[in-house]
Amino acid sequence: MRNPKWFSVFMAAAMLPCIAYGAQTMSLEQLKALYTRPTSVPFPTDNPYSAEKAALGEMLFFDPRLSGANYISCASCHNPALSWGDGLPRGIGHGMTVLGRRTPTILNAAWADLLMWDGRKANLEEQALGPMSAPVEMNQELDKLAAKLGAIEGYRERFTQVFPGEGISVANAAKAIATYERTIVSGTAPFDRWIAGDEKAISESAKRGFVVFNTKANCQACHSGWNFTDNSFRDIGLPDGDIGRAKILDLPSMQHAFKTPTLRDVERRAPYMHDGSVPTLLAVVEHYDHGFVQRPSLSEEVKPLHLTEREKADLVDFMMTLTGDNPPVHVPVLFAGPHTAQR
Amino acid sequence: MVRVATVISMAMAMALTAAVAHAEGATVYQEDKKFSEPEVTIKAGQSVVFANKDPFTHNVYSKTAGMSFDLRTQKSGESSEVKFDHTGESEVQCAIHPQMKMKIKVTE
Repeated sequence: MRNPKWFSVFMAAAMLPCIAYGAQTMSLEQLKALYTRPTSVPFPTDNPYSAEKAALGEMLFFDPRLSGANYISCASCHNPALSWGDGLPRGIGHGMTVLGRRTPTILNAAWADLLMWDGRKANLEEQALGPMSAPVEMNQELDKLAAKLGAIEGYRERFTQVFPGEGISVANAAKAIATYERTIVSGTAPFDRWIAGDEKAISESAKRGFVVFNTKANCQACHSGWNFTDNSFRDIGLPDGDIGRAKILDLPSMQHAFKTPTLRDVERRAPYMHDGSVPTLLAVVEHYDHGFVQRPSLSEEVKPLHLTEREKADLVDFMMTLTGDNPPVHVPVLFAGPHTAQR
Repeated sequence: MVRVATVISMAMAMALTAAVAHAEGATVYQEDKKFSEPEVTIKAGQSVVFANKDPFTHNVYSKTAGMSFDLRTQKSGESSEVKFDHTGESEVQCAIHPQMKMKIKVTE
């Protein structure tokens, strides 16, 4: 039997004064206000947005000729059909090399601080060139890229239009790609409609899961705000030997620390974690509940949760409300040009 | 050379205030994943106290040559003191939340 409407209203009202969020106590409405979507996308002052630049970046993003062997594009791994990832536990690069970590999504990258699982790239412009030049990824020698693009008449014209007086350069290619990537924003999700006031947008289980997320499970300590990430780096106790950010920043707390990813559209991006070792969202919840490795670098925020089975199910139901109404992605028609195997 | 005092609780920090007040140059709070001050200026020989007012951990550090330090993980409510013996400018950051940045200028 469904609960009568008065019961739901009573339960919502009963929850109002009692939510302990971190060190604060706040109402459910105050808590929901912390998850309001932004009204605009941030672009850096040294690489401002223009529709023409984003369109050029879109072409470059989908163009496999930006790889040494001319068959891998950015979109090969950051596939829009797979939530801008590749659905694999670990990425696969040049020569079918299996990479060390899972391909992260580029969804909502405009709001990211440092990029990559270990934060080794300071911004999207830098990051665009990293995998492109890595021998095990796209394997493109960057000092040959400008000439390669310059051999394609359409790119010569387009770069001149977008970057007058500069034309084709590796830096401008990176700026265009980064600009396009910043336009990739998760769509409005049922969760957002609930935040906006539609009480029918998500289930009662998901609403309970939202409260558990912000209280007993302490997920909001890292997965905070509308994008469900504070971009922090933490060791969450996964058992593999990858020391993550410690290779970049040699501090004890950074051993096995990886970047906190967004949870937007998270149900579309299994398997999970930096190594793709956790197959489902329920398994993720189980990991945080009791499945993590205790070691000196383990984040203080990761502790046994003692969740009930219902709380675990509610958390998963909640996370599945974060899947947005994403419009179909436009795939550009690329400029015709020479096709060679030269790098 | 930078000397890092051991982590002390906020209560102890307040109790010790009278004893160390002459050496303390500034207090910087970590709150809402931000430093309370983007920049502080102290004199050589003085200290900066970093106090965590957030409900989660931070790890304040600097890799500036000659002024480096690592406060390790600070739990909510904990404070740590860093004494600066030499002049210069230290770029300070939180390892866990890299968007948190500030500077410490040490003068004569």
